[in-house]
Amino acid sequence: MGPAGEGLIVGVSFIRQRFSLYSGEAYDSANRPPAFLEELAALWVYRDLVRQLVLRDIKIRYKRSVLGVAWTMLNPLLSMLVLTIVFSELFRFELPAYPVYILSGAIIWNFFAQSTTMAMQQFIWGGQLMTRIYIPRTVFAISAVGTGLVNVVLALVPLLVIMIIAGARPHATMAFLPVALFFAAAFATGVGLILSSLAAIFPDVVDMYQVLLTAWYFLTPVFYPEAIVPGAMRLWLQLNPMHHIVAAFRAPIYYGRLPSAQALGAVAVVSLATLVAGWAIFTSQAEKLVYRL
Amino acid sequence: MSRGDTLQAAARQAGAEAAEAVLGAEGVSVRFRIPMEPIRSLKEYAIRQLQRRLAFREVWALRDVSFSVARGECFGIIGRNGSGKSTLLRVIARVLRPTAGRIWVRGRVAPLLELGAGFHGELTGRENVFLNGTLLGHPRAEVARRLDWIVSFAELWDFIDAPLRTYSTGMVARLAFATATAWEPEILLVDEILAVGDEAFRRKCRERMEGFLRGGTTIVLVSHDMQLVQELCQRALWLDGGRARALGPSAAVTAEYQGASQ
Repeated sequence: MGPAGEGLIVGVSFIRQRFSLYSGEAYDSANRPPAFLEELAALWVYRDLVRQLVLRDIKIRYKRSVLGVAWTMLNPLLSMLVLTIVFSELFRFELPAYPVYILSGAIIWNFFAQSTTMAMQQFIWGGQLMTRIYIPRTVFAISAVGTGLVNVVLALVPLLVIMIIAGARPHATMAFLPVALFFAAAFATGVGLILSSLAAIFPDVVDMYQVLLTAWYFLTPVFYPEAIVPGAMRLWLQLNPMHHIVAAFRAPIYYGRLPSAQALGAVAVVSLATLVAGWAIFTSQAEKLVYRL
Repeated sequence: MSRGDTLQAAARQAGAEAAEAVLGAEGVSVRFRIPMEPIRSLKEYAIRQLQRRLAFREVWALRDVSFSVARGECFGIIGRNGSGKSTLLRVIARVLRPTAGRIWVRGRVAPLLELGAGFHGELTGRENVFLNGTLLGHPRAEVARRLDWIVSFAELWDFIDAPLRTYSTGMVARLAFATATAWEPEILLVDEILAVGDEAFRRKCRERMEGFLRGGTTIVLVSHDMQLVQELCQRALWLDGGRARALGPSAAVTAEYQGASQ
């Protein structure tokens, strides 16, 4: 065998060795891949676990309620009904097809609020497990966001019903929704991971986050039109990532147009940057965090 | 290469494999930092940080532990409660990184530590098998392939589609053990597992483990049952206060441990 052949064998065995460190077939505490990449590879190996966790969350929710799947669809309808009565009758926002405006905003806001909260709670729930057996620590945040995405898809059914009742024709631009959802999911994952890191050390973060979410909800044009925001507050509105995410999801549904390239670019940069930052912070800390849960 | 050479090479390889280490610990130490006063809120932490009153107590759960385990060996870990046995298993299972030293493993590690952790009462037995199987890192298709075996071993055919909350403790333990041992692992970590369930179930568990050993699985066994360690394990490690007090043939190490305990 020539030197080229020898070189090839050495190369292949090196790659196999590296691969086995990533795939969980070998482990060496003194020779570990960077946490950022190691976690990514582990998540891929455990991808079926993410699927099972999403299935579990959805099944449990339906098994517990008599109405089952209908409840996911009824829930936004009812809350939308309350908000529509409160805001169109009492506050008189001059918006055509107001129920569509509010429901499109509420769906994406609820997705963010629920999946980030669940990411944190699931990570705490998994704490006992993670001190006993090895599981990639990001599975909980990923599956929480996955469950949220399934719920968004289910909520689109009542949305279409409301659109027809309110006399708003569904637009072809709604085909853009998966792109808007993708960025919303990236942002929620990043925030969920940062929250999980914090909540592992300080359990009061779970409660503090709920207060923060309420304030954040009122500062984001979910149920009121952007136009009523006073001039001095406009700059803050531009700095609120959830404002852009809600707008990118709502525009194709309510206005029948796509978000501007500039707005979409801002959403993409902010959500992907949040995802990378959250992933880096969480994976660098995860090993220690598990022992604080 | 002649046929004789090939046979010799095969024999050499078999010899090398028999002695080949699949798990090694080199001077493993684990330190836990425990806050003197537990701080359970962000507010409190911020205040303490400002006052510079963050004191930690350092506890060494493991101190400079070294050993290696050969392929197909059953290796026992004994010692009193709090001597670091479970910490050592966690380091091997890579849920805990050693503070100092090195641990390395060749082959996939299967934990048999906490039976039924991750089970959910609202889900059926079948759904829980899928959840637990994927928690142990098996692909869904692989769990589906072994489902029949799991249900048979657990003797739960009549109940597999009932919610887990309707199961008795023994049924849950059987289902958990069957799921955890449905795949022949390369390296199995066992923590006091044979102390659960009734006599018949314990016997069944033990037979399964002996079957694994015959099949070439490497087992690391933590137990308080000296007789079990003597019967199953070739070698044992005695941990005392996080340090290795004795390492050698299991009969000698368990005798020394029992002598010191009396």
